[in-house]
Amino acid sequence: MKPKFGVVVFPGSNCDHDAYYSLKKVLGYKAEFLWHKEKELKESNIIILPGGFSYGDYLRTGAIARFSPIMDSVYKFAENGGVVIGICNGFQILLEIGLLPGIMMKNESLKFVCKDVYLNIENKENIFTKSIKQNILKIPIAHGDGNYFTDEKTLKELESNDQILFRYVSSNGKVNLESNPNGSFMNIAGIMNKKKNVMGLMPHPERCCNPLLGDTDGSLIFRSVAQHFLN
Amino acid sequence: MFKATVIVKRRQKILDPQGKAVEQGAKLLGFNNVKQTRIGKYIEFFVDTSDKILAENEVREYCEKLLSNPIMEDFDYALEEVK
Repeated sequence: MKPKFGVVVFPGSNCDHDAYYSLKKVLGYKAEFLWHKEKELKESNIIILPGGFSYGDYLRTGAIARFSPIMDSVYKFAENGGVVIGICNGFQILLEIGLLPGIMMKNESLKFVCKDVYLNIENKENIFTKSIKQNILKIPIAHGDGNYFTDEKTLKELESNDQILFRYVSSNGKVNLESNPNGSFMNIAGIMNKKKNVMGLMPHPERCCNPLLGDTDGSLIFRSVAQHFLN
Repeated sequence: MFKATVIVKRRQKILDPQGKAVEQGAKLLGFNNVKQTRIGKYIEFFVDTSDKILAENEVREYCEKLLSNPIMEDFDYALEEVK
């Protein structure tokens, strides 16, 4: 079955069109926008919560968007095993709504960071990275609040359940301070829920899918998820 | 030593987009009685002097020159002597 991606559009989303373009025009999957005031997921198999600054990021990133009408449907969809990917602001929304554990703080440098980073794939026993052959991905980040934090107890749970999916590393795969762009706890760049159907990541895979733009490592994540439905 | 607490608010007649966006969240949650949400800043710091007049002058100047923009914001402050 060819999967359908539903890309949610909040007021202030700004990576919704990038995601739609990459999924539909570059990778050739079915894709449709889902306006945040609607409740229908329009038979999407995979929900994308895109990057941006939903509701101006006021109060806290993602704090207001999580109460948008569509998020009720997304929450139920995820609880029933539906696949949800939160990218950047979408990740922050997943944290606020409680589908993923932890919080996001301001970058340690206090600066908005926009650059390519290297990610180590920590776990391939999941649909998001299962079909990816390489272990390191090069994907851009662009955020001011990407400093992931959680308490020790949750961290232990994340580790023992293999929920940590991506960590910031050097180009040769070393986890160190220099390769951590935002002060994120344990260099965490992306995590999953326990059931491994909900995933959030700060880097922007939708920005590196088109070979015309150079890097295409982002497409590997979408291909891996799509493969799960094609099989 | 004095502890200063400062609240900086947008002037009542100036649009507060942050307050408006947050109020949209209140409506989504069904708080229909909530009106005119406005968001300001709370700032606290210490002034290391035993002279209350000096401390007060310094706090006021800090508020006027940096913590608030006098064109669009008002500020209130309180000073409390601490040991």
